[in-house]
Amino acid sequence: MAEIWNGLVEAFRLIFTFDPEVMSIAGLSLEIALSSVVIGSIIALPLASLIHFNNFRGKHILVSVIQTFYSIPTVTVGLLVFVLFSHSGPLGGLDLLFTPTVMVIGQVILVMPILLGMTISALSGVDRNIIDTARSMGANSWQTMLVVLKEARFAVIAAVVLAFGRAISEVGLAMMVGGNIRGFTRVLTTAISLETSKGDWELSMALGIILIFIALVINIIMNRIQQRR
Amino acid sequence: MAFIELKNLGQKRDGRHILSGVNLSVERGESVALIGPTGAGKTTLLRLLDMLDKPATGKILIDGVNVTSSEKERLATRRRMAFVLQKPVVFNLSVYENVAYGLKWRGLDRHQIREKVNHILETVELTKYSKRNARTLSGGEMQRVAIARAIATSPEVLLLDEPSANLDPVSSAKIEDLISKIIRENAITVIMATHDMAQGQRLAHKICVLVNGEIVQTGNAQQIFELPKNREVAEFVGMENILDGVVATNKSGLAVIKVGGKEIETVTKFGAGKEVSLCIRPEDVTVALARLSSSARNRLAGTISWVAFNGPLCRLEIDCGFPLIALVTKRSAVEMKLKRGVKVYGIIKVVSIHVIERQD
Repeated sequence: MAEIWNGLVEAFRLIFTFDPEVMSIAGLSLEIALSSVVIGSIIALPLASLIHFNNFRGKHILVSVIQTFYSIPTVTVGLLVFVLFSHSGPLGGLDLLFTPTVMVIGQVILVMPILLGMTISALSGVDRNIIDTARSMGANSWQTMLVVLKEARFAVIAAVVLAFGRAISEVGLAMMVGGNIRGFTRVLTTAISLETSKGDWELSMALGIILIFIALVINIIMNRIQQRR
Repeated sequence: MAFIELKNLGQKRDGRHILSGVNLSVERGESVALIGPTGAGKTTLLRLLDMLDKPATGKILIDGVNVTSSEKERLATRRRMAFVLQKPVVFNLSVYENVAYGLKWRGLDRHQIREKVNHILETVELTKYSKRNARTLSGGEMQRVAIARAIATSPEVLLLDEPSANLDPVSSAKIEDLISKIIRENAITVIMATHDMAQGQRLAHKICVLVNGEIVQTGNAQQIFELPKNREVAEFVGMENILDGVVATNKSGLAVIKVGGKEIETVTKFGAGKEVSLCIRPEDVTVALARLSSSARNRLAGTISWVAFNGPLCRLEIDCGFPLIALVTKRSAVEMKLKRGVKVYGIIKVVSIHVIERQD
């Protein structure tokens, strides 16, 4: 019990003295997760609109497949990215394995189903009359798409926030393709995993508290969005 | 050449014709009401006019130019029009932004947009709600936002789909006032769908009756109201008595028509032997207890089969070999002690009878 208590005290000391190592790990975590979600959204939002606004064969199957991949295990994506970017892999020549860049690539793949699937269902929730209204007011197809996205904005933002939560809290992928290299690819989750197995509870707890704090902030943002709807 | 011309316009849904062979020409500045029962194809026709859907057959000419040819042409034409849909949907944005959208899409600058939107909001009396989210407004207010949004772009053609359906009477009257103000002040061409005959009469110069996807009659309100072309139109405009009969004699226009064993005199061009239907409004049937010597030629003796009071009026059916529905004031019904079983005369003036060809 005393060990835990001491760990907690030390954890708060590390946080409130802005311990350089703790801060850099937390910073990198935020940076990678944010980059993944921003890049992911830039790809997913137009792609989801494209899927939603066009009728084609196999659309339902595609959407089902996307939804199935919501909970794809992170290690599976890790494996895929590892195979792609390993020296003997098809993208091995880029020499990106064990860099923050490849971690971002992996997380973009990881959050893509959530972003796509939830954006599609957000768009489906928009009254069809909105589309007719926009068109009758003289919107071209691009402008119509933007209107519908804007109508669905709260649900779309919720998707983005959820994707961020998944990106920042995942460990398998970061470990496999990032390699947990100190000062380079070490993020909150991989650091906690390592420090705990080393027995260094204080640092683990400090990092854990920061991670929970980030989750709390995400939750608050989500709630605010849901209330505004 | 008319401003808008529809040539043999038709539409199908699920392989079924929901609109066929629609020919219509609308002059600039004219207001036209499409009336007809629910499901007659009014909305379908408006959607085709606004180029929201592609017609299955036919074409739409505006100033003689076929505007249905390419998507680019359709968008350009759509931008000259405005369409207020039946169910008012507003964007989940402020009232101001709702009205500004159409202007933004047309590439107006911020300053022009502000000036126009503020002016329009004043017209529809929504200035005080400018910053409010449009979703929080009442049905009537939302409909006014929808109309404001439509006229903000100064359209040449305004399409309205049941503009006051689903509204309470007060909001409905307000919307109607607003529409007639817009028509008066803007010299705009209006095509509106309504199932309310009286509304069409109040707002439009020309009325087209649409039944089962076809325009069955076009004319001014009086023509449609008094001289319906066929049974469907007659029923729709409130001719509750449609009596089938055969022309017995016709002496230079003044004919005797046999209906259910009785003879009814009226004016018609149809000659002897012709199967016809007589259309008579219930309010044109006078009820009397005695065989009055009035100028009316038709006095039909019968027995009242039912009486129904409805506000200040009383509707009753006289069985005189065939059922004849009459509408009298509640006061006279009470004074004459009209009730089931009472023997009365239904009196009909010759000019109150409209004769149409019988359909099978």
